[in-house]
Amino acid sequence: MRRWLLPEAIEDVLPAQARIIERMRGRLLNLFHIHGYELVAPPMLEFVESLLVGSAHDLDLRTFKLVDQQTGRMLGVRADTTPQVARIDAHLLNRKGVARLCYCGTALHTLPGSFQNTREPLQLGAELYGHAGLEADVEVLRLLAHTLELAEVPVSRIDLGHVGVFEALCQQAGLDAEQEQALFAAMQARDVPTLRELVADVVSPWRDALLALPQCYGEVSELSAMRKRMPDHPAVQGALDELQQLVTALQGLPLSIDLSDLRGYHYHTGVVFAAYCRNEPQAIALGGRYDNMGKAYGRSRPATGFSVDLRQLARLVANGVERQAILAPADADPTLQARIEALRAAGEAVVVALPGHEGTWLEAGCTRQLIKRDGEWVLQPLATE
Amino acid sequence: MSNQTGITLALSKGRIFEETLPLLAAAGIVPTDDPEKSRKLIIGTNRPDVRIVIVRATDAPTYVQYGAADMGIAGKDVLIEHGGAGLYQPLDLKIACCRMSVAVQAGFDYAAAVKRGARLRIATKYIQTAREHFAAKGVHVDLIKLYGSMELAPLVGLADAIVDLVSTGGTLKANNLVEVEDIMPISSRLIVNQASMKTKHAQLQPILEAFEAAVEATA
Repeated sequence: MRRWLLPEAIEDVLPAQARIIERMRGRLLNLFHIHGYELVAPPMLEFVESLLVGSAHDLDLRTFKLVDQQTGRMLGVRADTTPQVARIDAHLLNRKGVARLCYCGTALHTLPGSFQNTREPLQLGAELYGHAGLEADVEVLRLLAHTLELAEVPVSRIDLGHVGVFEALCQQAGLDAEQEQALFAAMQARDVPTLRELVADVVSPWRDALLALPQCYGEVSELSAMRKRMPDHPAVQGALDELQQLVTALQGLPLSIDLSDLRGYHYHTGVVFAAYCRNEPQAIALGGRYDNMGKAYGRSRPATGFSVDLRQLARLVANGVERQAILAPADADPTLQARIEALRAAGEAVVVALPGHEGTWLEAGCTRQLIKRDGEWVLQPLATE
Repeated sequence: MSNQTGITLALSKGRIFEETLPLLAAAGIVPTDDPEKSRKLIIGTNRPDVRIVIVRATDAPTYVQYGAADMGIAGKDVLIEHGGAGLYQPLDLKIACCRMSVAVQAGFDYAAAVKRGARLRIATKYIQTAREHFAAKGVHVDLIKLYGSMELAPLVGLADAIVDLVSTGGTLKANNLVEVEDIMPISSRLIVNQASMKTKHAQLQPILEAFEAAVEATA
């Protein structure tokens, strides 16, 4: 038994990385705070039925489960925090108007997802409840752009999609739930040959439109061309109108369009989005509208939001956070003690030497030291040993 | 990802490489080395922004999934086993065509064995495909994973039947096996990393379109 061994895709965060993650967490939660988002901290564990709402089959497979010794019921470790925050909004806060909530906590996945290599993402997100209009989507997308900017991650594009297009096409095509599920999977993989088999019996124009969806991606300027490939149906055109309005409202953001991007977990209902960074093989932020989730908790509420994995973002940041601690000698001089207290109060890290442990100061990240000169304790650069 | 600005294409040696050459030519890409003659694993092309990595056929989806290659070519057999996570599969290239079949030793009454609800032992390299096929038929099977020479398994009593790729049927015939069921036709697909498709869209799209036009022209 190698006792030091960790399970696959589970890792420790070491000091250098922890500094980056913690700085990022502080900055981003503050960003959410100044935008009016209130912090909540849902529990790590819940009854499985509460964590899994709707037809979230993939979320089910991703959730670690155990039996509650007190009730005999099945508990799940959260694989996604969004349903928990939706539960808090719908059932506990019970506000009539808009609620803006944010969170930061660890989630756990049974399998490393296609979007995250770790099984223990540190999920940070913001959710806006109680407003069904596009203004809410605009606010959330702007906040996402701010988030990535503040995290110093070089974003290359934010893809916008709309689940409403796919749903309206499936409904008009008269597909049952099972067929829609199969089509959803093929659409996510842009598996055109399989798509063709699945829609073989669907009548035009719905068949042609479903087949055209995987090709409907590209720059925002191509949105009007995509519109021409879609049938003139109010639900379909309405969804495309929404995308056009978003694009107009969010000029300056690196937006692009992908109508076949339907997002995982099957709970989204309207505009969905994903941010990408060049040379990162997975999306770095995911989000969108999920208006019906609150219903499972007793109160249907419009909802939109996004989340990121801080561990993933921290990997993408070019510059680390230098540790610049101050070394103080082991000395009982009360003026030294006072000086140390003052420096610590000013936010400096002061490391007090312990007798017999000379020569490890650089390892401890010390760059400066306190030296007694003319009866005064002064700061000076640490002499390299 | 290793190749920051250019495009990396994952290909396997042999039939897939040979049959991909005309498609690459249609996209204006010509490899500078022949993998059959060279031992190089990274092959350049006439285009400075495009390179080819030579991988085992079963590894192509993995390279593309993790972004080590932006795009690749993989048989449908390989993709089903891999599961397709993180991949776009936009195009059936209609190359390296064959079929996935069930075969048994001549004289073995497969239909009767299935009918009386026997539990069959199946030797195969394609565990997922075999599992799904027999589950859909409602037949209980024990799967034995082999890595090659599947034809041997029924002859020496290791399995009742095999699930394997059949191209001409020559190997089956030479070993006194008969094909009893055609599971699905197999051909190679173009696969693309989902993030590359978005961040390198301008570079990938022309290649995709050239491949599509070339496939349609030969159909």
